[in-house]
Amino acid sequence: MTKRFSLGQLVMLVVALVLAAIWLAPIAWAVATSLKPESETTVIPLQWFGSEITFDSYALVLETGGIVKWAINSTVTAVIVTFLTVLFSAMAAYGFARTRFRGQRALLALILAGIMVPPHVLIAPLFAEMVALGLVDTWWAIILPQVAAPLIVYILFKFFQDVPPELEQAAFVDGAGRWRVFFTIVLPLSRPVLAAVSIFTFITTWNNFLWPFLVSTDPNTMTLPVGLANVVQGTFGLRYAQIMASVVLAGLPLLVVFVMFQRQIIRGVAHTGLAGQ
Amino acid sequence: MTTTVAPRPTAAPATEAKVRRRWTQHGLLFVAPFLVIYVAFLVWPTLLGFRMSLSSVNIAGTNDHLVGFANYAEAFGDPRMWRSLWNTLVFTVLSTVPLVLLGLAFALLVHHLRFMQWLWRLSFFGPFLLPSAVVAILWLQMIYPPGYGLLNGTLGTDVLWLGDPSVAMWSMVLTTVWWTVGFNFLLYLAALQSIPQHLYEAAAIDGASSWSKLRSITLPLLRRTTALIVVLQLVASLKVFDQIYLMTSGGPQDATRPIIEYAYDVGFTGYRIGYASAISYILFVLIVIVSLVQLRLFRKRAEGLS
Repeated sequence: MTKRFSLGQLVMLVVALVLAAIWLAPIAWAVATSLKPESETTVIPLQWFGSEITFDSYALVLETGGIVKWAINSTVTAVIVTFLTVLFSAMAAYGFARTRFRGQRALLALILAGIMVPPHVLIAPLFAEMVALGLVDTWWAIILPQVAAPLIVYILFKFFQDVPPELEQAAFVDGAGRWRVFFTIVLPLSRPVLAAVSIFTFITTWNNFLWPFLVSTDPNTMTLPVGLANVVQGTFGLRYAQIMASVVLAGLPLLVVFVMFQRQIIRGVAHTGLAGQ
Repeated sequence: MTTTVAPRPTAAPATEAKVRRRWTQHGLLFVAPFLVIYVAFLVWPTLLGFRMSLSSVNIAGTNDHLVGFANYAEAFGDPRMWRSLWNTLVFTVLSTVPLVLLGLAFALLVHHLRFMQWLWRLSFFGPFLLPSAVVAILWLQMIYPPGYGLLNGTLGTDVLWLGDPSVAMWSMVLTTVWWTVGFNFLLYLAALQSIPQHLYEAAAIDGASSWSKLRSITLPLLRRTTALIVVLQLVASLKVFDQIYLMTSGGPQDATRPIIEYAYDVGFTGYRIGYASAISYILFVLIVIVSLVQLRLFRKRAEGLS
């Protein structure tokens, strides 16, 4: 690649700038609307800026309380799901990749088959199961089904298969047991792949809608997307600045995290999206 | 098959038996925690769902009589099931094409621009990080409305983006492309970055133009990635629910209702959980067929170049 700035590159730059502007416009429009006085949100023709920039809508939205509570619920459930998913999946994957036990092949096949089962088609039986277990409107109803993620086991299984076993064998010779080797040698060595699947799991859990929507009817246990869909439109109906303030507040956390950890997040999503290849 | 795999002979003979024993210990205990949750919340519901699809059970769990394949027979004679299945297939085709092509185009563009990477990545991938409820409320309330909506207001048009049955599905596709193209963009970008640079250098020595490098090096090497992305996208689009439910609730006049929403309506609004399960399982079969292709691709990827 030459450093020279060619005509072709200039054209590409212009195209990219136009596309980026189009792609950012809806988000910018939400921010712009949220900063207008309520009476100026539906002015025709469109104006990007109102007569003043005001944060009143944010104050009002935060005062009504719901959104902060839902953000906490979302964070807590997503952290628990991510922790349990990665810990249990890593253990299972390691068990399949390194040890030998009766029925191993059949169990691995059962787990791989589960990759094809979309949780969306299980809403009816899962809901019936949650009713039977008395878990509706609890965090566990939101958390447990999301931990059953066979794709993560598959990705980590493939990873552990490719790790040379010499280091672990040396530790065995020194008298360490399987569990100590796993927690003190294998897990620390796997940090990059664990980070990748953690990021992926966290994002999908944080944004999951259908299942949390079905099992939470109590505004106190709702996650952010569910609370937003159920309550905001009803509470702030036609008050567009406040609706957009809610939307910006709900969308902002992950975007800020993305700007801060762009490289890691991109690697995590791409790696997991391509199933560890 | 308990001890078929011996450790590689790094240990001294005296300790080898002990090491070998440690090597194979506790396997089932490692697998157990995941397995319990997996069986309870994936395997069991899969079986239970099929059992429910053969019954007349309602959402309260009562009236649970086995009715054989009556629910499936009813579904195949139900015009609203066919309409929602058709909507799902239309959405899948209409969304997959631009999501794959734009994802590739954006990735090629960003890969060749070597500066301001953070801006391109934030712009194109950022929306993917927004929850579906955020996307749906934003587009429903401030982008699509006539008059003050960003789209009509900017274009100077007066289209009923969500109210016109012949336009609404296109609007669902538009929102979805804006929201999720960033995922395919990232996968393509990762694939582009893994193409060895020396291939291009060799081609440059031979005097190849940018266009011929794209055609004879880049695109052929992206073939596997493309196959994978297409399959992932098909499965994702077949499962569409959130944005359509939140923006149009399936309307106007059933023009956008996807099959997942019909199953939800039948089961959670109409209380016929048995019938809802049968409808879900019709989609399930479709997705399994697409996923089997996906598994084959994964296997090929694993065997072929990586």
